[in-house]
Amino acid sequence: MLQIIWLLFCREWRLAWRRPGQLLNPLVFFAIVISLFPLAVGPEPSMLRTMAPGVIWVAALLATLLSLDGLFRSDYEDGSLEQWVLSPHPLSLMVLVKVLHHWMVCGLALVVLSPLFGLMLSLPVKVLPALVLSLLLGTPVLSLLGAVGAALTVGLKSGGVLLALLILPLYIPVLILGTGAVEAALQGLPVAGYALWLGCLAVLALSLSPVAIAAGLRIGVSE
Amino acid sequence: MNWTFFHKLGSPKSFYDISGRWLPWIAVASFILLTVGTVWGLVFAPQDYQQGNSFRIIYIHVPAAFVAQSCYMMLAVAGIVTLVWRMKLADVALRCAAPIGAWMTFIALVTGAIWGKPTWGTYWVWDARLTSMLILLFLYFGIIALSQAISNRDTSAKATAVLAIVGLVNIPIIKYSVDWWNTLHQPATFKLTEKPAMPVEMWFPLLLMVLGFYALFTVSLLMRMRLEVLRREHKTRWVRDALEKVR
Amino acid sequence: MNSLPEFFAMDGHGVYVWSAYAITFAVLALNVVQPWLARQRLVSLHARRRRREEA
Repeated sequence: MLQIIWLLFCREWRLAWRRPGQLLNPLVFFAIVISLFPLAVGPEPSMLRTMAPGVIWVAALLATLLSLDGLFRSDYEDGSLEQWVLSPHPLSLMVLVKVLHHWMVCGLALVVLSPLFGLMLSLPVKVLPALVLSLLLGTPVLSLLGAVGAALTVGLKSGGVLLALLILPLYIPVLILGTGAVEAALQGLPVAGYALWLGCLAVLALSLSPVAIAAGLRIGVSE
Repeated sequence: MNWTFFHKLGSPKSFYDISGRWLPWIAVASFILLTVGTVWGLVFAPQDYQQGNSFRIIYIHVPAAFVAQSCYMMLAVAGIVTLVWRMKLADVALRCAAPIGAWMTFIALVTGAIWGKPTWGTYWVWDARLTSMLILLFLYFGIIALSQAISNRDTSAKATAVLAIVGLVNIPIIKYSVDWWNTLHQPATFKLTEKPAMPVEMWFPLLLMVLGFYALFTVSLLMRMRLEVLRREHKTRWVRDALEKVR
Repeated sequence: MNSLPEFFAMDGHGVYVWSAYAITFAVLALNVVQPWLARQRLVSLHARRRRREEA
C-alpha cells in the first residue's frame, strides 16, 4: 500500500517537472492579482494595510481554483483515471496523493511567497507569521474542496468558470477564518483560536473530501 | 410501514397519476392560505411599534426564506435517494426543485433589501442573514449550472446529487462562519425577524403564509415534475393517452 | 387604518411594502404560470405530430 502511494507520488512529480513552466503559473497569477489592487485603489500604505489580509486570501483562492481545473483532466483523457477507478486499491487514498501533490505545488508555494506580498501591501512584520500560519492551514482545505469540484467536472470542457461557481461558496468559511486570523494579528489580538478553527476545517476536509472526490471521479469515468 | 406506496411513487406513470389527483387540492389550499394570510397581514395585523407598517414585509420575507432553506435540504435528500436507490424520479425532483428554490432565495433577498431601506436606511447591509441567503443563492446557481453542463443524463443526475450533498454538509459551516464574521465586523445586532413575544394577531398570518408558500412550492414542483416526466417518457403509450386527454 | 388612501400609503412606507409584495407575487405567479404554459406547448406539439403522422 505504502509503495503504491510512493509510486503515485513520484509519478505526479515526474509529470509536473516535464513542464516546469506550468508550475509557476499559479504563483505568477497570485502575484499579478495582488499587484492589481494597489494599481486600482492607490498605493496609500494605510489603505493597503487594511485590505491586505482580504486581498492576499482572495488571490490565493483564485490562484488555487485556476490551477485545480486541470487536476484530473489529463489523466481522464489518456485513460489512466479509469485504471485508477478499476484498480483494487482504495480510490480515496490515490486521490489524496494527487491532492497532496497539488497542494505542495500550489498552496505551499503560495504560503512561502505570502510574506513577500504581505510586506508589499504594507503589512507590519509581526503580522507575517499569522499570515503564513493561516495560509498554511487554509490552503490544504482549498485544495481538497477544489478537488471535489474538479472531480465532478472532470469530463467537461467548460473549464474553470463552472468550477469556480461550484466551489467558491464552499471556500467562504476558510476565507472568513483566514482573514480573521490576520486581522486579529493586525490588532494585536491572539491568533490561536483562529488557527485551531482552521485546523478543524482542515481535518474535516481531509477526512470527508476524499470520499466525495472518489465518488465524483467514479461518476465521471462511468459515462 | 407501507412501502408499496413508496415503490409506486417511483414509477413515472404512478407518480403522474397520483400527483394529478392531489395537485388541484394543494393548489386550492395554497390559494386560500396565501389570500387569507396576505389580507390578514396587510390589513388586520397591528402595526409594529418600531418599524411601523414596513414590518408587514415579514409576511413574505420569512416564508420565502424558510422555503428557500428547506428546498435545499430537499435537494440533498433527493440526491441521496438518487445515489442510493437509483430512483430516476428523485433526479427529476432535484432538477425541478432547484430553480424554484433559487427564486425563493431571490424573493427573500429582494424583500429583505426593500425592508432594510426604511429600517436601517440602506438597501443592502452585509448582515449574517442576508449574506447567508446570498451564498445560498450561489449554491443554487452552482447546482443548476452543473446539471445543465453535463449532457449525459445519468452522469448529470449523479454529479448534481453529489454536489447537493456536499453543499448541504457545508451549509452549517458556512452559516456559523458568516454569523461569526458578522459579529466581528458589526457589533450592533440587527434582527430582521420578530421579537420573541409576538401577539397572536401578528404570528398567525405568518404561519398561514409559511404554509401557503410551502403549498405553492409543492404546486410548482409537481407541475414541473409532471412536465419533465411527460417529456422523458414521451415515447410510451400512457404519455400519448395523457396528452390526448388534455384537450 | 381608516380609509383606502391611508391604507395604500402605509404611513409613508407604502412604496416599500407594495413593491415588495408586488415582486413577490409576480415571482410566485411566474413559477406557476410558466410550467402551465410549457405544458400547453407540449400538448400542442404532440397534437401537431399526431396530425403529421396521420396525414
